[in-house]
Parts: sequence; structure tokens; C-alpha cells
Amino acid sequence: MSDQRAAARPSPKVSDEIRQTTCYMCACRCGINVHLDGGKVRYIEGNRDHPVNRGVLCAKGSAGIMQHYSPARLRAPLKRVGPRGSGQFEEIGWDEALSIAAGWLAPLRETAPEKLAFFTGRDQSQSFTGWWAQAFGTPNYAAHGGFCSVNMAAAGIYTMGGAFWEFGQPDWERTKLCMIFGVAEDHDSNPIKIGLGQLKARGGRVIGVNPVRTGYNAIADDWVGITPGTDGLFILSLIHELLCAGKVDLDYLCRYTNAGFLVHDGDGAGRGLFLRGDDGKPLVIDRATGKPAPYDAPGVKPALTQTLRQAGVSYRPVFQLLAETYMDAQYAPEAVAGRCGIPAARIRSIAAELARVAFDEEIVLNRPWTDWKGERHQTMIGRPVSFHAMRGISAHSNGFQTARALHVLQIVLGSVETPGGFRFKPPYPKPPEAHPRPHAGATPGQPLDGPHLGYPLGPEHLLLDPQGQPKRIDKAFSWENPLSAHGLMHMVIANAHAGDPYRIDTLFLYMANMAWNSSMNTAQVIDMLTDTDESGEYVIPRIIYSDAYSSEMVAYADLILPDTTYLERHDCISLLDRPICEADAAADAIRWPVVEPDRDVKGFQSALIELGVRLGLPGFVDAKGDAVYEDYADYIVNHQRRPGVGPLAGWRGDGTGAGRGAPNPEQLQRYIDNGGFWISHIPEEAQFFKPWNAAYQGWAVERGIFDAPQPYVFNLWLEPLARFQRAAEGHGDRQPPDHLRDRIKRCFTPLPSWYPPFEGETVDLADFPLHAITQRPMHMYHSWGSQNAWLRQITNVNKLFVPGDIWEAQGFAEGDWAYLTSHHGRIKVPVARMDAVNGQTLWTWNAIGKKRGAWALSENAPEATDGFLLNHLIAELLPPKGDGLRWANSDPITGQAAWFDLRVRIERATTRGPSEPRLPAQKSPVGQGPDRLTYGDDFT
Amino acid sequence: MHPAPSVIFFTAFSGLGFGLLAFLGLGMPDVSGWVAFAFFFIGYALAVGGLLASVFHLANPKNAVKAFSQWRTSWLSREGVLSVAALLIVAPVALGRMLLEAPGQALWLGPVGWLGAVLSLGTVLCTAMIYTQLRAVPRWNMRLTPALFLSNALAGGALLAGQVRLAGVLMLVLGAVQIAAWIKGDTRFAEAGSTMETATGLGPIGRVRLLEPPHAGENYLLREMGFRVARKHALKLRWIALGLMCALPAVLLLAFPAGHALALVAVPSHVAGLLAARWLFFAQAEHVQALYYGRGPAKV
Amino acid sequence: MTGLPDRTEAKLGLVIDLDTCVGCHACVVNCKEWNTSGHGAPLSDQDPYGADPSGTFLNRVHSFEVQPESGCAQVTHFPKSCLHCEDAPCVTVCPTGASYKRTEDGIVLVDEGDCMGCGLCAWACPYGARELDLAAGVMKKCTLCIDRIYNDNIPEVDRVPACVRTCPAGARHFGDFADPESNVSRLVAARGGMDLMPEQGTRPVNKYLPPRLKGSVEAQLEPVAEEPKGLLAWIDRALGAL
Ligand SMILES: Nc1nc2c(c(=O)[nH]1)N[C@H]1C(S)=C(S)[C@@H](COP(=O)(O)OP(=O)(O)OC[C@H]3O[C@@H](n4cnc5c(=O)[nH]c(N)nc54)[C@H](O)[C@@H]3O)O[C@H]1N2
Ligand SMILES: Nc1nc2c(c(=O)[nH]1)N[C@H]1C(S)=C(S)[C@@H](COP(=O)(O)OP(=O)(O)OC[C@H]3O[C@@H](n4cnc5c(=O)[nH]c(N)nc54)[C@H](O)[C@@H]3O)O[C@H]1N2
Ligand code: SF4
Ligand code: SF4
Ligand code: SF4
Ligand code: SF4
Ligand code: SF4
Ligand SMILES: [Mo]
Repeated sequence: MSDQRAAARPSPKVSDEIRQTTCYMCACRCGINVHLDGGKVRYIEGNRDHPVNRGVLCAKGSAGIMQHYSPARLRAPLKRVGPRGSGQFEEIGWDEALSIAAGWLAPLRETAPEKLAFFTGRDQSQSFTGWWAQAFGTPNYAAHGGFCSVNMAAAGIYTMGGAFWEFGQPDWERTKLCMIFGVAEDHDSNPIKIGLGQLKARGGRVIGVNPVRTGYNAIADDWVGITPGTDGLFILSLIHELLCAGKVDLDYLCRYTNAGFLVHDGDGAGRGLFLRGDDGKPLVIDRATGKPAPYDAPGVKPALTQTLRQAGVSYRPVFQLLAETYMDAQYAPEAVAGRCGIPAARIRSIAAELARVAFDEEIVLNRPWTDWKGERHQTMIGRPVSFHAMRGISAHSNGFQTARALHVLQIVLGSVETPGGFRFKPPYPKPPEAHPRPHAGATPGQPLDGPHLGYPLGPEHLLLDPQGQPKRIDKAFSWENPLSAHGLMHMVIANAHAGDPYRIDTLFLYMANMAWNSSMNTAQVIDMLTDTDESGEYVIPRIIYSDAYSSEMVAYADLILPDTTYLERHDCISLLDRPICEADAAADAIRWPVVEPDRDVKGFQSALIELGVRLGLPGFVDAKGDAVYEDYADYIVNHQRRPGVGPLAGWRGDGTGAGRGAPNPEQLQRYIDNGGFWISHIPEEAQFFKPWNAAYQGWAVERGIFDAPQPYVFNLWLEPLARFQRAAEGHGDRQPPDHLRDRIKRCFTPLPSWYPPFEGETVDLADFPLHAITQRPMHMYHSWGSQNAWLRQITNVNKLFVPGDIWEAQGFAEGDWAYLTSHHGRIKVPVARMDAVNGQTLWTWNAIGKKRGAWALSENAPEATDGFLLNHLIAELLPPKGDGLRWANSDPITGQAAWFDLRVRIERATTRGPSEPRLPAQKSPVGQGPDRLTYGDDFT
Repeated sequence: MHPAPSVIFFTAFSGLGFGLLAFLGLGMPDVSGWVAFAFFFIGYALAVGGLLASVFHLANPKNAVKAFSQWRTSWLSREGVLSVAALLIVAPVALGRMLLEAPGQALWLGPVGWLGAVLSLGTVLCTAMIYTQLRAVPRWNMRLTPALFLSNALAGGALLAGQVRLAGVLMLVLGAVQIAAWIKGDTRFAEAGSTMETATGLGPIGRVRLLEPPHAGENYLLREMGFRVARKHALKLRWIALGLMCALPAVLLLAFPAGHALALVAVPSHVAGLLAARWLFFAQAEHVQALYYGRGPAKV
Repeated sequence: MTGLPDRTEAKLGLVIDLDTCVGCHACVVNCKEWNTSGHGAPLSDQDPYGADPSGTFLNRVHSFEVQPESGCAQVTHFPKSCLHCEDAPCVTVCPTGASYKRTEDGIVLVDEGDCMGCGLCAWACPYGARELDLAAGVMKKCTLCIDRIYNDNIPEVDRVPACVRTCPAGARHFGDFADPESNVSRLVAARGGMDLMPEQGTRPVNKYLPPRLKGSVEAQLEPVAEEPKGLLAWIDRALGAL
């Protein structure tokens, strides 16, 4: 404590040393300066030079000290000694832990590799974990995308070769109007805030479409309090308005989209497919000649309105079909207003505002560029309207089509990849054709026949056995969800428990709290994890889990591989995976041990490498059986995916290689010297129109992003969907089971369409009249935030926010509690009033509720006594239909978990807490945190 | 405001103590020897005890001596300085009186005693001003607050000093001031004009309501300044306080012949009433910063 | 001395833009992080992993709902720290002289070495900007990051308060209000910067920029066609012109 007045200009020493690495409190991956004083972390700030955060840091990042020194950190490998769920463990050494794991897995690999299901959470090493799983040979690998936002990702890839977040971003510097759908926080946490701040400082406008008016929607100049699940209708109505007014960018549509592609408009197996030339290239009618021509031939200008008749079939340009579909009266603002909860006049004025800014406030950059057909353009014309969207539209059972509708909206406005619009970040744009197809060819003792995940282009790419049964435990790429490009992690436990499609032996999870907030139907998932068969064995016989902290999931595993914290390990944020690129640059980054672990823990990827060596997996051992990589750091530097292309793009070869080059032993040090990241700017003329810009395509090849240029056009019409529709109609040799035919016919429309979310269609709406959704608090990351002494002071209970009218009708008063009931269950929750919310929507903060005993918190922590999870009400299956069959509570196209389809009713409870269900406490393997903190004492 | 026992005891007992010392300084009653000792002992015990109680309110009492330094600006500092001055000046009077064989002698004590009385009442005034000066607590921020503290000290002091009839009259005055302070106090928050709208500057847009507090649990600010009593509860307590502090003692003092038995009832009654009134003084005082937590003034 | 200076050479303070603040709490936590090992005693936390966690923070973000006369309710996220008032009542009440307002730059500080923890300054502050640290027993408040803004040990660009440097949305601005040409003075002039609780007579240095007017732009599109045929004909003409 200072005993004197501050000097007039005090200038104390801040720290001994600054080490620059990458934050990990969320997937935004900001650059951080870690100040060390006496070997302890004294202060963490944003790295000003870092492309992602440019110096700023969010609340979670700033609370990194408390995360890193959390009392909930696991200290050593754990072997379960009590029953599952009890939290009773014995600490063991790494050698024992890895030999137990190898002992379980080696026989599986030799006999039935699919009996290992390996699923990982929101980490950033999927290209590595996927490679491990491929080498092991199990088809059952995926990361968390299925329960997260695969609708958004897949709709973006299929429509335009990339979506939001790491795929792309609004042109924040130039955009004048930004419309945000269903975003509370998102992965691009800091960049979105930086961007919105810049936009506002320039006097631009923000329109927020969200049932709840907090956060970004609170600062939006215009807030559209939409009824959940109806964004697709609203967007299609905006398109309707734009079409009626002729406010579409025709030149853009002709050049860069499949608007002119000729679609088979007759009957039969060819319906909905493109007319193609002999070389398989889709054809358009050339406006100059009036004749069919390949769409990509130089000089060809596609017609948008003419119909072609050939061999008795009429072929009509996509645009014609699009205009007919969306100009239909069913999409008129008056027709959708009631369902969307948005007055027709507002829909009209928003459409007009979009059109005005896009066309009347056009931006022109004097940057000559050459397109893929060799045509030189003197300027870059921009439409300064931009869009961003996230789980609010994607976490619905109509999310894929809604996200597609949004992309079609921005495409008809001509704003994608133009100045002021939406811009891709490398390695995107990348059309579905440039991605792999999914693989599930498992052979005992052999690696899998290809990468697990990919983008099917038709029924032929589904992963089905000869009986038509799914090959994967999560039923990804089956008829239930053909385009499940990220797998379905949320179905793994339920399917493994039911033995449907088959039983597994070992469930290996990494970094996902599957016994808690990332599962639907949490209480029953816990039962499935602890359920035993007649012989008293667990139905899911073995569970291995890697976590860094004492989470709920830890208690349900048999073997725990404790991870380091983010300041203690190597990581790479790779172009092969989910890099940190910007629209103007390719960039990747590392984490490195800026402090050494003080516990017997190991970076998970290094542990996985050791396990791979023990199992003798190809790629992990050489011909003599010796380890190829010592640890993950060694892998990062020396692994090559393709010759010259490895996990990190920077400083390859002799140190000058950018993207391509031999492994460079100095590489990690070069990253460290550069602040933990590498960046390579895209030349000016290549910065826009990337899918069609010859300079960009060439640059991307140079950087190792692709091996050959791959220009393409945007898919207004999505032909693969038509292929699935035809199969459902009975064409082709692969057809869906009968109970799914109607659904596929209805939902797989090649032009985006809207259908009501499934849960609302299945339950009695008189019984469950209200919507219930969650939002992410900006200062909390899923379940991990609550172990953080600083963050949990901000939020340690989540109340259910109730719209004013319902509040009054129910006679609620401050401090009241309520019962919330869905078709699936009933929970008891504390309530609070809110008026700035859609009148039929209840909401709460996500993942604040905790199980007693977890996270080194006391058992009477408010998170456990008053906090709650909505997940208990969300079932992974919808109620039985008339035919007795139960559909998954997922998008029928991608399998994305439909978290936000939930329908409920609310009743006032006459008593107060605790919240229900009240589950028994788990024992903490790490004890409980201290009862007082004076962190800064360490530095005086 | 949080009705912390330390501040309640501090203000109540130091007020009583200095009130008594003021009377003793004035030679009312004119006492000597052991009787003087007893009176002065009570006066000092209450005054010093009250001051000591205030030390319990300090989170870092080792710096308490520094509190004498800021008498030019701070009422709390002035109170400290004056209280010590009063205790020091009264001390020779007390000693003198104890050494006297009989009352009425040594008139030289008079002027010093009068100075002591002025300083004692000055101390009470400073105590009152600590609260009165706080614009952020509108209920205290009015002239009636010093009037209340002074009439409290005078009535209590007179009672303890055995000035039966005077005490009886002062009890009535105190009752009147207390009632006035309550009535006026109830409107002060509104008069001060601070609302959630002015606090946030959002008034031009519309009516403001707290949606979410900045932190989930209590904190220092809320524990200290977020305290609220229910109106019904407060009203009941006011009657009790008034009855015990003023009405009962006044009736006893004015309607009955003086005597020790009377004191045995009147003094505890007054003190109990005073403590209740002081509890209310704090508990009912709404701080404007609670507006940021959506806690406006309790409905009146 | 707890007398207030008649005038200060500079008037350093913050502008907080309520139109831009998204309520992310970044400034809250970064302030805590910087200051817990910065000027004065650590900002302690009580029961941090228990049933009733609380601790000292120098900056907190409230969320308010505002109901206009007509139209839907709005939400405003509202950060609040010491406003470094010109007529700072917290200073004049302080009996020990621990609280003071600097003549150099107007920053209101507590000298923890003098503070006796009486809490009176917190009572005097209308804004709830002072918090008594329960472990150290001394009063804590925003220092305007005095140990950053003049600190030669950190790069010049970073010599701004921690909360300003970290704010992702750029909703916080730091500068000298005594200089009419400073960034903060300009913002206040351009955007109608306001005082909180002016009726308290504290004359805060920090200013708040009010949220901009909300609501749809009234606009209307001219239809070129009612049905697809008409549109396609129109498009033919338009394409012909391209
Ligand atoms: N009701 C509802 N439920 C939802 C959602 C919703 O919006 N509403 N959102 C869904 C979505 S999008 C997602 S992504 C999921 C997220 O759900 P989860 O992926 O389960 O998220 P977390 O709770 O963050 O769990 C991650 C686990 O990783 C651990 N961990 C943290 N750091 C490390 C580390 O360095 N190494 C290792 N090995 N482990 C670490 C944490 O301790 C934690 O146990 O939740 C889903 N669930
Ligand atoms: N701070 C923080 N950041 C995170 C995370 C975190 O836990 N904390 N999690 C990360 C993860 S895994 C993910 S997936 C992303 C998710 O990022 P977001 O998509 O921003 O996450 P959510 O909080 O689920 O936001 C969903 C929003 O959609 C709204 N919404 C719900 N239904 C509808 C609807 O039908 N229509 C519209 N228009 N809106 C709707 C909700 O009100 C909410 O505002 O965030 C990432 N970033
Ligand atoms: S947004 Fe926050 S938590 Fe996420 S990486 Fe950046 S600083 Fe870390
Ligand atoms: S950091 Fe900025 S945007 Fe976030 S709460 Fe603070 S002022 Fe608001
Ligand atoms: S805001 Fe409060 S603490 Fe800060 S100077 Fe003003 S009165 Fe004092
Ligand atoms: S708490 Fe400290 S700074 Fe505040 S008034 Fe008391 S002595 Fe002064
Ligand atoms: S200026 Fe410094 S001390 Fe004040 S609120 Fe900002 S970060 Fe905290
Ligand atoms: Mo997610």
C-alpha cells in the first residue's frame, strides 16, 4: 500500500516481461500481451498489432488471470473410483493414464474401429484431432459444429462458398448500413464490436433483428423484435419487395451467380437440375447469340428471362424461377407480418432502406482488376449494405434455409465481396465442390478411407451401409440429415445409449461439457451416461475425457486427461483449420507456454500424440515404430499436410516462405518474435470480388490455400437439394426411407423457402404458446466463466426474462419464481420483467446454471441454487407424430440442433427457489476455492 | 442507509453525553463531590463511549488520529476536534466540582463551564452537520437535521441532568422537531429532484427502469446505501419511537412529582425511543446512488 | 488538504458513449485487472467461490430499460465509474485528508496511507463511485489510471486508462475537458454530452453521450411490376441497357 500521495506523474514499472500469445477464453482468438512479474501473470492486455483485436480485450480475456489461476484446474490424470457422476477419483500418473487409454483402444482398432467415438468441442485443432481419428480408423469423429451453428456454416458454403464469422465479415471500414440477425455475441466477439463502433462513429446505421433488445440490438438504430423462427419469412418478404421494385443488381447476378443457369422445369428425375454441356458445365443462354453456352465461357452474357425448350423439356433460368417464387403474394409484407410480429409497413421501409443504401449510395473504388474470364474492370463498385447473422437464425429446424435466404438477399443486392458489403476471409471463398466429401470406410487395423467430414453434393455421397443404415454413430450424412457437414455431437450420447445404429465401446470426448450445457435434455443425458445393463456394466462402457477444469462432465468420465490452461501450452490456429484471417489478409497464430504448468498436466494434443504413438498409428510412428513427433510443438513445425503446406503458413523453409515451403525449425521462434501471429496481406487489386478475381485466385494458390485457381459462381439455386428432392420422389438408386420422403420433398427446396419450426408444428400451441430462447452473456463463455472469481460476480444467476404483458397477466412481482413447462419437462426458475422483447418470447442467459459441486464452487453457490439450464426442457427428439415416429429436434438438412425452437408455457410458482430440477451434488476432485482473494498482493 | 449499530450508538450516546455535559457545564444541576463525579462520569461515559462506537465504524482505525486534520473543510473532522476540545474544557470543571465540598461555591468555574457547554453543543451540531451536508441523502440534507440533533441532545441532556420540568418541556419540543423532521424528510427526496431519469440522463427518452444490476450479488455500495424499510414497518416504529422518546418521558416529567423512581422509567424510555428514532434516521434515509440499482425512495 | 482547488490546470476525464456501449463489461474487468495490482491496495474479493461473492470494482456496468411515451422500450447499457467532479463532495467531507482533487489535472484520488475507512466519502458521492475495500479497509475509487496515463514505462499510445484501451466498441474516450479542441470536448459539443444528476451540484468532469434517436427510416419503394411477367419484361429492358 502506498503511504504517500501519488506523484504528480507516477511512472511505475508494470512488469518484468511481456510475452505475446493468443487468448483462449473464446474462439475469437485475440492477441494478448501477458505481463509477467516475478513469474506470475500480472496483467493481460490486447495486442495492438494483432489483426483480430487490434489492442482491445473483452471481459473474458481481461479475466484471464482468474481463469489461469482458477481453483477448478485439474491437477493430474484421474481414474474414476466411485460410481459415474459421483466425482470420486484417484489421481494417477500420465504413464498409467495413457496405458489405460491405449489398453482400451488398441483392441478396438484391431477389431472394430467404429467402436471408438471421438468427439471434440470448440477447440481449434480439428485438423489435428481429425487426422488422429482418421489414422485410428474410426468413422465416428466430429467436432461440435452440429450443436453449434452448422446451419450457418453449411448454408454459407453451399450458397456462396463461405459464411459469417471466420469465413467472412462485413466491410466494416466502408459499410453504411449493417443488418444483424440473431446475434448476441458471436465468435467474432471483438471484431464485431470494433466494427460496430467504427460504423457508428462514421454515422452509419445498424438494424438489429432479434426477439431481444440487448447488446448489439440495444445499440441498433432500428430494432426488429421478430418472433423466433420466422426470419426466413421476413427475409423472403424483403426479397419480394426488392424484386417488385426492380431493386436487384442485375449485372452482378449475371456475372457472379447461377441466375442464368438453365433449370430443368419438366417432370422426372431431371427436374430441378441444370442443363449441362457435354463437359458437364452448366449452360446459360448467351444474350448475344440467344443460344446455350457454357456459363463460364469468356464473353458469354447470360440471359435471365428467356426459356429454352429442348427435347420436350423447358429449361428456365434460375432468375425466372426465383422471381416467380418470391414475387408470389405469400411473401408480400402483409402476408407475413402477423407471423413475424413485424408490421408490414416496417418490412417495406426496411426493404426500401436497403435498396436506397445499396444503389443510391453506391461506392466506387478506383482499383482496376481482372476477372476470371479475363475481363478487365477499371473500378470496383460497392453496395455498402452488409449483413451478419448467427445462431438466432441457425439454431432452428428451418435454419439452413433461413441462412440461405439471407445469403440470397445479400446476393441479389449485389453486396457480397464488394466494397462496403460482406467480404470473405481466406481460405474462403471456397465452394462446396472444393471441399472434400465425407468418408466412413472403416477397416480394422487401417486408417479411414478419407476425411470424416465434407459436403455431399447428392444422395450418392451419403454415408449409408448397404441396408441404408447410417454408418456413423451420430447418423451424420444419413437421410435424417444429409448435409450434416459438422456431424451431430449432440446425438452421440443418446444414440450410443440406445445402440442405434449400433453400440460403441469407448466414448472419447475433448473439451465439451456434454453432461451439462451442451446437451439437450440434460437430466436424461446424465441418466444415459450412468445407465447400466443387465450385467451391471455401463451401457456406454468407457468414457475418456479431456478437460482443463473440474466441469460437470468430468464426473461422468472413467479416465480424465487433464489439459493445461491456455497460457501453458502450444497451440496453432491454422489455415488448415479455423485461422484468424481478415478480409484483407491471410493470418495464423500460435499459443506457446508463456508460463510453465505447476501441475501434472499435459497439453491435450501432446497427450493425443503420445497415445497415437502407443497405438502405433500411421503418421504417428515411423517404420521402426518410433515416434514421428515428440509433442504437439514438434508436430506444428514439422507436419506437412501436402508437400510444403503445414499447420503454420508463416516463415516456412528458410524463413521467407509464406504459405508454402519446407518445415523450418525456427518457425515457432519467428512467431513468438512477431507477437504470436503471422499475417500476409492480400494485394489491393485482389481484395474484393475474390471468387472471380484472377489476382486473388493466383495469390491464394501462391499462399498454399488452394493448389489451383477455383473460380465459381454463387448458388441462388442449390442443385444438390434438388437431387435429394428427386430421390425423395422416387428417383435414383438411393432413396430415403418412406417416413422421411415428405419431409425431404418439402424442406429441400433448391431455392430458399420457409417452413414453420418443427417443434411448434408438433406440439399443441394452446398448451405451449410461448417461445423460450437463450443468449450468451458477453462476459461469460458457456460453462467456464463461472469458475472465474471476477466474472461470476457480474453474473451468477440467470433469471428468466418475461415480457411485460405476460408478467402482468401472471401477476408476477419482483423476486418471484415460475414453473416453465415444455412438451418434455418442467423446471422452476426465477423471473424478471422485460419490455424490450418480442411479446411471445421468454429468454435467459445461457449456461449460467451449474451442477452442485462442479467448478470448485461451494455447493450453495447461486449458480447451483438459483441458476438454471433451459436445456432440461429441450428434447433431442420431438414428440411422437401420428405414425409413432419421433423426429430429431434438428434441422432436417444439416442436423443442427434446434435449440431455439423450444415452445413453453409459464406459471407463477407460489414458493421461491431453489431452481429445479435439483440434481445431487458431485464431489469436487479439486476441493473448493479460497474464501478470500487479494490477487495484487503478490506484486507488492 | 444501512442502520449500523456503530453509527446509531455513536450519534445517540454522544448526543446524550454532550447534552448532559452541556448542562453540567452550565452548572445545572449545581453539584459537587461524589454527586458531581456521578454526573460527570455518566456524561463522559456516554460522550466518549459514543465516540468510541464510531471507531467501530472505521475499517482502518489505525489512521483515526488523522481525522483531526481537516477541520477547515470536513464536518467529521470538526466534530473530532470539537469533541476533544469539549471534553478537555469540561474536564477542569468536572474536577473542580468533584473537589468542591458543597454546591454553589467557586464561581470561577462558571465561564469555563459555559465554554464547555458551547463546545459540547457545538460537537453535537458538527455530528448533525456530517449528515446534514450530504446532498446525496436528501432526507438528511435539511435544516431540521441539526435542529433534531440539538433538541435531542438538549432534551436528553436535561433529562439526565435531572432538570425535570425543563426536560419535560424540551421533550415536547423534541417531539415537535422530530415530527417535523419526519414529515419534511418524507418529501425531501422528491424535492431534491434526483430520479432514475436524472441519474442516467435518459429522462428525455422516457421512463427508466433497472433491467439488470451490474453485479449479481450485494456489494459494499448496496449493503451500505441500498437499505430500505417498508413504509408500514417504519410508521409503526415512528409511533413507538415518539412514544418512548418524547411522549412518555414528557408525561412523567410534567405530570408527576420529581423523583428517582421517575428517572428509572423516563431515562430508559427516552433512550430506547432515541435508539429507535436513530435506527429510523438511518434506515429511512435513501441515498440517491441507489437509483442506479433501481431502488428509488420507498413509497410515501 | 480536502479543500477543492479553485481551478485545475487540466480537466482529465472520460466521455462514455451510450449510443455505442454494448454492455460487454470489458472495461469493468480490465479495470479490475489493472488496478488490483496497480496504484494502492489490491481490489479484494470476498467469498469469491462461494454463495455470496463480492468484491471491489472501480467501474461497473448497469443495464436500464427506457420506456418512451410511445413505441417499444429500449435498453441502454450504462458504465459508471468516478466522474472526477469539479465540486466533489466526497473530497470535502473527508476528515483525514486522504481524499483530494489534484490541481494538476483534476483527478480525484484517495491516499490510502491516510484513509481511516470511515466511508463518509462514499456516502457523499451521489454516483456510487467509491467502494470500501473490505480486506484493506481503505476507500478505493477510479484513479483515472493515474499510473498509466503518465507512465514512461509503457508505450505512448497506451498511456490511456485501461478501460479506454480495452473497450472493444470504442465507447470510452479519454482526454482533457479544459481544452476545447480535445477529442473529448469535441465529442461533447457534437453529440450533446451530458452530466449525470446535475441537480446534485457536483459538476462532473466525465460526460455521457446520449443514445441517438431510434426507429425506422420511413422509406418507400416504387414498384416496377406487380407480378413476375412484368418484372421479367422490365428486366429485359434493363439488361438491354447494361
Ligand atoms: N440452451 C442452450 N444450450 C446450448 C446453446 C444455447 O444457445 N442454448 N449453445 C450450444 C452451443 S452453440 C455450443 S458451442 C455448446 C457449448 O457447450 P460446450 O462445448 O459444452 O461448452 P463449455 O461449457 O464451454 O464446455 C467446454 C468444456 O471445455 C473445458 N475447457 C476449457 N478450457 C479447456 C482447455 O483448455 N482444454 C480442455 N481440454 N478443456 C477445456 C471447459 O472446462 C468445459 O468443461 O452449447 C450448446 N448448448
Ligand atoms: N461471450 C461469449 N461469446 C461466445 C460464446 C459464449 O458462450 N460467450 N459462445 C461462442 C459460441 S460456441 C457460439 S456458437 C457463438 C454464438 O453466437 P451468437 O449466435 O451470438 O449466440 P447466442 O447467444 O446463441 O445468440 C443467439 C441470438 O439469437 C437471438 N434469437 C433467438 N431466436 C431467434 C430468431 O428466431 N430470430 C432472430 N433474429 N434471433 C433469434 C437470441 O435472442 C440471441 O440474441 O458465440 C461464441 N461466442
Ligand atoms: S473475444 Fe475475448 S475471450 Fe475471446 S479471444 Fe478475444 S479477448 Fe479472448
Ligand atoms: S467496454 Fe465499452 S462497450 Fe463494453 S461495457 Fe465498457 S464501455 Fe460498454
Ligand atoms: S463521482 Fe463521486 S467519488 Fe467521484 S468525484 Fe464525484 S463525488 Fe467524488
Ligand atoms: S473513507 Fe477514507 S477517504 Fe473516505 S472519507 Fe473516510 S478517510 Fe476519507
Ligand atoms: S480510468 Fe482506470 S480506474 Fe478509472 S474506471 Fe477506467 S480503468 Fe478503472
Ligand atoms: Mo457454439
